[in-house]
Amino acid sequence: MFDTALTTADLIFLAKGAWMTIVVTAISVLIGTVLGIVFGVFRYQVGAIWASPLTFVLDIFRSIPLLIQLVLANAFLGTILRLNMSGFTIACLVLSLYTAAYCSEIVRGGIEAVPATTRRAARSLGMTWGQDMREIVMPLATRVALPSWIGLALGVMKDSALVYVVQVTELLKSTQILITRLQEPLFLLLICGTFYFVISFPLARFGGYLEKRWSND
Amino acid sequence: MIEIENVRKSFGPLEVLKGIDLTVSKGEVVTIIGGSGSGKSTLLTCINGLEPIDSGRILIDGTEVHAKSTNLNKLRQKVGIVFQQWNAFPHLTVLDNVTLAPRKVLGMPRAQAEEIGVRQLTHVGLGDKLTTYPGRLSGGQQQRMAIARALAMSPEYMLFDEVTSALDPQLVGEVLDTLKMLAQEGMTMILVTHEMAFARDVSDRVAFFHQGVMAEIGPPQQLFGDPQHPETRKFLSSTRH
Repeated sequence: MFDTALTTADLIFLAKGAWMTIVVTAISVLIGTVLGIVFGVFRYQVGAIWASPLTFVLDIFRSIPLLIQLVLANAFLGTILRLNMSGFTIACLVLSLYTAAYCSEIVRGGIEAVPATTRRAARSLGMTWGQDMREIVMPLATRVALPSWIGLALGVMKDSALVYVVQVTELLKSTQILITRLQEPLFLLLICGTFYFVISFPLARFGGYLEKRWSND
Repeated sequence: MIEIENVRKSFGPLEVLKGIDLTVSKGEVVTIIGGSGSGKSTLLTCINGLEPIDSGRILIDGTEVHAKSTNLNKLRQKVGIVFQQWNAFPHLTVLDNVTLAPRKVLGMPRAQAEEIGVRQLTHVGLGDKLTTYPGRLSGGQQQRMAIARALAMSPEYMLFDEVTSALDPQLVGEVLDTLKMLAQEGMTMILVTHEMAFARDVSDRVAFFHQGVMAEIGPPQQLFGDPQHPETRKFLSSTRH
């Protein structure tokens, strides 16, 4: 009924690609989120004018297609600066900054959504700026920002398919290698898509779970 | 003792406080009344340093609030304030709302903070709402929670900024009763309010503010019974109707 040349070894090969996608995404989202929080808080705190140089740099990362960023970063770091960086390092570096650029916007929006009067109440109780940030602003901003952040993380996961240009064999690249050999594009892309879905679904559901839990507040 | 000396404050070109002098002794209850824009709420936020002032000075037990060397976070532990909007921390339970500052600011162990929290919440009649989230409380209950939250820091002075103005009429009474109880317990309080009957009832002195100036101050019988300033008379007759 259904005939394929796909072997178990090929499936393991795909799973390895999927694992690379997960690793690159996890590292980039983690670093990008930490940086995004730092940048977002900074931009909120110092105001638009003082933050404008940083905002400008982040806008560059948001407006140039990721593929071009990867190629240029690879050329710049490897060929011009002659740094001995692996494709994996370059991929994580570029994707982290790309994530940070979007994340800083999400963080800034989340902080702005916390009413000034709530923060004033916290300060009036003798809380310092840091205590207000940790105990009041961040928990409330997280609730506002979570859906956008989940969207960003899923987006980065799918965009990570582009890191093949710096010789990182992730899920989509692995699939393409098999397509070239087996000549079964539709079937292989279906499997590849399933892998992506299996990776994304828990994250999306986890976000849904948190939103539901917090809605009891 | 709170000493306010010739305090001036502007928001841009608008001068909202035009040289206010007022001294409030320990145990005294002073109510400030006046029309909107008369500067009464601004004065309260200046007293605990939430707003800077342009000139003059405010002393709390001899510490100058707006001096550069003053640790405002430390000073605010002494001066509680409750606002018109109750500003609950929506992500924390009622008890956690009250215990947060004692734990984080005073470094109190959780058990001790909760003991105080339960006592203060019971005091304002919310002893049965400890694990509820503020979003499930009525406005009056949230406002009483905000009062308990301020009291949990064991302040020596309490400032109340129109704490019943945002409440539905039927919820005003429960909050006023709480304030009355505090006054009877000897808490030093400065209240800004539009509740004239209440002001008359609880105050040692009532001050009338008009366009950034304290036009008149005196015991409630005198200010309500025999107002001296024409603007006071005008204001009181307009609120009676």
